[in-house]
Amino acid sequence: MELTGAEIVVRCLAEEGVEYVFGYPGGAVLNIYDEIFKQDKFKHVLVRHEQGAVHAADGYARATGRVGVALVTSGPGVTNAVTGIATAYMDSIPMVVITGQVPTAAIGLDAFQEVDTVGITRPCVKHNFLVKDVRDLAVTIKKAFHIAATGRPGPVVVDIPKDVTMHTAEFAYPAGVEMRSYNPVLKGHAGQIKKALQMVLGARRPLLYTGGGVVLGNAAEALRELARLLNFPVTSTLMGLGGYPATDRQFLGMLGMHGTYEANLSMQHCDVLVAIGARFDDRVIGNPAHFAREQRKIIHIDVDPSSISKRVKVDVPIVGDVKAVLEEMLRQIKAGRERPDQEALTAWWTQIELWRAKDCLRYNRQSPIIKPQYVVEKLWEVTGGEAYVTSDVGQHQMWAAQYYRFNEPRRWINSGGLGTMGVGLPYAMGVQLAHPAAQVACITGEGSIQMNIQELSTCKEFNLPLKIILLNNRYLGMVRQWQEFFYKERYAESYMGSLPDFVKLAEAYGHVGMTIEKPEDVERALREAFAMKDRLVFMNFITDQEENVFPMVPGGKGITEMILAEEL
Amino acid sequence: MKSRRHIISVLMENEAGALSRVAGLFSARGYNIESLTVAPTEDATLSRMTIVTTGSEEVVEQIVKQLNKLIDVVKVLDLSDGHHIERELMLVKVRAGGKDREEMKRMADIFRGRIIDVTDKTYTIELTGTGSKLDAFLEAIDAAVILETVRTGASGIGRGERVLKL
Ligand SMILES: Cc1cc2nc3c(=O)[nH]c(=O)nc-3n(C[C@H](O)[C@H](O)[C@H](O)COP(=O)(O)OP(=O)(O)OC[C@H]3O[C@@H](n4cnc5c(N)ncnc54)[C@H](O)[C@@H]3O)c2cc1C
Ligand SMILES: Cc1ncc(C[n+]2csc(CCOP(=O)(O)OP(=O)(O)O)c2C)c(N)n1
Ligand SMILES: [Mg+2]
Repeated sequence: MELTGAEIVVRCLAEEGVEYVFGYPGGAVLNIYDEIFKQDKFKHVLVRHEQGAVHAADGYARATGRVGVALVTSGPGVTNAVTGIATAYMDSIPMVVITGQVPTAAIGLDAFQEVDTVGITRPCVKHNFLVKDVRDLAVTIKKAFHIAATGRPGPVVVDIPKDVTMHTAEFAYPAGVEMRSYNPVLKGHAGQIKKALQMVLGARRPLLYTGGGVVLGNAAEALRELARLLNFPVTSTLMGLGGYPATDRQFLGMLGMHGTYEANLSMQHCDVLVAIGARFDDRVIGNPAHFAREQRKIIHIDVDPSSISKRVKVDVPIVGDVKAVLEEMLRQIKAGRERPDQEALTAWWTQIELWRAKDCLRYNRQSPIIKPQYVVEKLWEVTGGEAYVTSDVGQHQMWAAQYYRFNEPRRWINSGGLGTMGVGLPYAMGVQLAHPAAQVACITGEGSIQMNIQELSTCKEFNLPLKIILLNNRYLGMVRQWQEFFYKERYAESYMGSLPDFVKLAEAYGHVGMTIEKPEDVERALREAFAMKDRLVFMNFITDQEENVFPMVPGGKGITEMILAEEL
Repeated sequence: MKSRRHIISVLMENEAGALSRVAGLFSARGYNIESLTVAPTEDATLSRMTIVTTGSEEVVEQIVKQLNKLIDVVKVLDLSDGHHIERELMLVKVRAGGKDREEMKRMADIFRGRIIDVTDKTYTIELTGTGSKLDAFLEAIDAAVILETVRTGASGIGRGERVLKL
């Protein structure tokens, strides 16, 4: 039977098992929306701004590992979506974004609401398509899902001109995809794995440096097993948190610019570094020349060859899927009798414990003003460490990462690569829809929350009982911190002279609002909020205005050249 | 980190927009691009591109990886890794009146060029060879007689059994 392009789009999404489409209608996608109206295979979530749609689809993808789907109209719909697409791209999140386009005959004529979507999004997508013939539509959508989800995941844009949604074609959804130009390598090279294992078993001061790839590749279990079998210390990037249980003795905390003392010193002084789905970001290795001062052998497991030896030269590259490679390593270690030198390891652990004893995340628990760290610690307690926590970007993000100890993957949802303020609330929407019964908290700042505050209205419509934890320091705190340290306290435009009454604002959107001003009220308020299982509660914590994030590696410095709290 | 000239062959899907993905990649990542040529192959679904670039080993390694990462790219070969042949085509229009006329004919012959268009006052000379041969020709003739030049940029192919194919 012949179907219209719009019918085909909807049928394809149903075939892919899509649960939610996050979107916003407009002229170019009216035919698709008409078909959405007629079906009941998936639900559509009408957001209040296209950026929110893409972030919500992204949050859904991060929390489930499935492909997130967003749908926007041409022109301004697309430009509003770009920040969301770039955010997902930088963190390798699988997503398909369907965009309306002006009719094929109008393309290139500066038609109403025309933008060159493929051109604008090209640098921030894994791939994109412009579908000019309705007969290519189904296979293109199939390819889009395939490309988004496999290898190094990423967002794929499918741009569909309006006339294509009206034309008809025979519909058959392809069972699989064969692409001669796209075949990611998943199984690690046997010879390389062997070489890596020799290094691992010969290590005296080893470190497992894990990243987002462990989460994206669902390799948390294999990682745990490997780390425990070898008794190796583990550190993680911001994006890998939860990939290894944070409360485990072998976990050294996050490394990098705001990493722990023990993690950064271990990174600098290890003799064998195993990078697992982590890409040696500049926020992680600091000054590369300083990092290179110490000799160490580096093994790097990554599915994307271009992540390897990009910023740091490695000794044993292993291109492949983290889980497949770790499982193969485990198999081989278990099959052999060789184990790392226990004496050397004991000495290394003794050194690490000395570093750990510095207790670098200490803060003033006696403060009469609410400390942001305290709120996060209490949140951890109240939620039993089991909440899904989304965050925005700024100091509050770092405190969330440092003090909410994630024990499971996909619980920590934030924007690391692009660092997009405004993701927190839409991320939480995507997460809560994916896990309706779960506790979902959004840790945010008064700057960030205002960047997508309109989505409070979507939350009301879909009854999403999120808990918004606003660490309100009345400053663009992360900016203020840099200005304090590096610009002689010239606080240029990091203070907003006016802020809304957040309680009234929450109420105006139909939610519950609370302001908490004293440390002794923090825990009770959190318990009260989480007890309201069917309400969104907006908690406005008035926190210490001048609290800073420690440790901190200043720009251009080596990762061991940290500013610690006690030094000030 | 020494910079060296590399000639890279890329086999890619002959799709609209494929060229802009490569061009966009080079500009976005700040890679140097000396020349780029592209045309369909004997299999009309595939295009072959030749890119000449300069960079350190590290940078060129990244260039090759990033090219491979493009979804439309089927295969990439750094021809400079082995024996290869390079050719470029140049058309030069020169003033060829009076005393210059005989001299231009002679120079074209020496460089195995062909005169492919003639007027009373001009010759158009077709020349193929490596980039340096074309440069040498331009240096050998009097700069004042050159009216116009157009060059294709280098195309390259591996020597002997070395083939870039599906
Ligand atoms: C304010 C702010 C402060 C920050 N401070 C820090 C900090 O102190 N410390 C820190 O670590 N980060 C920090 N970041 C984040 C930083 O910018 C990077 O986003 C982060 O370090 C990158 O993490 P990653 O290396 O795990 O890579 P990701 O971006 O998560 O990339 C994952 C890697 O794994 C690979 N991969 C994906 N799937 C698989 C698979 N199945 N198999 C194998 N490989 C796979 C990918 O190819 C990629 O190379 C900060 C960000 C902000 C906004
Ligand atoms: C969209 C966007 N604009 C600007 C920035 C730069 N920036 C990073 S953190 C920050 C301050 C965030 O303030 P707030 O949300 O109040 O969080 P705080 O640091 O105070 O916890 C800014 C402006 C950004 N990351 N994203
Ligand atoms: Mg703030």
